[in-house]
Amino acid sequence: MSVRLAYASSVLPALSGAAYGAPFQNALLPGGIQADHVHTLWLIMLATCAVVFAAVFAAFLIALWRAPRATEETSPQTSRTTGAERGSSRAVAIGAALSTAGLLGLLVASVVTDRALAGLPLKDGIVIEVNGLQWWWQATYSPGDPARTFETANELHIPVGKPVVLKLQSPDVIHSFWVPNLAPKKDLIPGHTLTLALRADKPGVYRGQCAEFCGYQHAKMAFLVIAEEPAQYEQWEKAQRASAKEPADAAQKRGQQVFMESPCVMCHTIQGTAANAKNGPDLTHLASRTTIAAGTLPNTRGHLAGWISNPQQVKPGTNMPAVTLPADDLQALLTYLESLQ
Amino acid sequence: MSAAGKCRERGYARVLVCCAALVTLTACEREARRFDEPAAKSAPAEAVRLSPLQPGGAMPAPQTRNRAEDNAYAVSQGQRLFTAFNCVGCHAHGGGSIGPALMDDKWIYGHEPQNVYASIVQGRPNGMPSFAGKIPEAQVWQIVAYVRSMAGYLGSATAPSRTDSISAAGPEATRDPQTPRHTSTPQP
Repeated sequence: MSVRLAYASSVLPALSGAAYGAPFQNALLPGGIQADHVHTLWLIMLATCAVVFAAVFAAFLIALWRAPRATEETSPQTSRTTGAERGSSRAVAIGAALSTAGLLGLLVASVVTDRALAGLPLKDGIVIEVNGLQWWWQATYSPGDPARTFETANELHIPVGKPVVLKLQSPDVIHSFWVPNLAPKKDLIPGHTLTLALRADKPGVYRGQCAEFCGYQHAKMAFLVIAEEPAQYEQWEKAQRASAKEPADAAQKRGQQVFMESPCVMCHTIQGTAANAKNGPDLTHLASRTTIAAGTLPNTRGHLAGWISNPQQVKPGTNMPAVTLPADDLQALLTYLESLQ
Repeated sequence: MSAAGKCRERGYARVLVCCAALVTLTACEREARRFDEPAAKSAPAEAVRLSPLQPGGAMPAPQTRNRAEDNAYAVSQGQRLFTAFNCVGCHAHGGGSIGPALMDDKWIYGHEPQNVYASIVQGRPNGMPSFAGKIPEAQVWQIVAYVRSMAGYLGSATAPSRTDSISAAGPEATRDPQTPRHTSTPQP
């Protein structure tokens, strides 16, 4: 909850405003060892390229400075450059040698980084199956273990200091999983399972984003990775594994009834009820999530109402259809959805 | 070439360009994605007749035009929903299993768009569930369009051309329209 609050207070104003992004999605502020490796490589490349740029610019300036000048007797074109330029072959040889050395250096740095990325110890790691879909993220924890598995969407919680193995899949088109603060990006290819290993070393809320154009709402296909202390993570995992809370009062009961009677039930799952469809995000613990519509809107009652009534206004082309409900029913439904902690 | 010949040639070229422009325009409409289209205001349930017999001779049934059938995107959405809402669970990919086949010429409850719409919304005896209130109207029309494409009633311009799964029947776009045969007995 504290993470949620911190996120809400620090970031949500930015969601609606202009400066969306800043600290929580930034490859230059690594929050884990994998991103650290990438960041180091980036610094090496930046430094090398800066030196090369400076050297080329300096050579250019020297060439300008030493260029043969025209005098009153000679025109600039017919100066000393008619024959082979003296000393040029030496300069070219030095330039080629330096370039080769520089490129080789970058190659070595790149290979070393790749080895370091592949060398992350995965012992006692947690496995999460991540499906990229148009246009949201489905995450299955403990896949293949029916007693422990649970599903969530657009929000991954991971324990700090523990390796996490993501099994990336896509049932529709190519997507790319990218959390700049935690790991390099990795494509999700239909028909293949690719793995991405990461480890968060600093607790925090990191934003991720689909990084491969995947259709109309590619830009609104974001997610959050919330890295928290292991104890806190265990608590979250336990809560997520539980079935949805039974409706507590009349309004919530009516809300559940509305859910079952309306098109919601055709696509969504709420564990512990008859709703068991897999076409949209699992809503068993919807209220525990920070955002809706894949990081598009903050998860508040008002935004939820707008999203249900007219999702095509928020994300044109989304597979969520507009669900028109009488006002009382919509309010009851919202009350029920807000109770799904 | 004479001046008249050149002039005629230019005339032909103009006609060709105009035709090409018209074709392009139709193609645009075909792929248009109407995301917030208001649901068709039709009363298909009233328009549907389950019997061809009428006293005083049969009157032609009122026609319902399904806008989804003119639009390739809408038809492919229908195709997606056909699997998502588990129509395939009983009808398979058109060949039928515990539900009747949809790609043949036998239509127990009619093949016109309003008939198919009514069958989905009202449900039918012996197993077809009613999806009233569970599928938004615009999506039902998309499914109707796709169902009709399976028997070849949609032109190749809008019917789906290729699926991701293996199909012995070939893509919907290549199927010839079946001559509908109304039959009141469930087919084996």
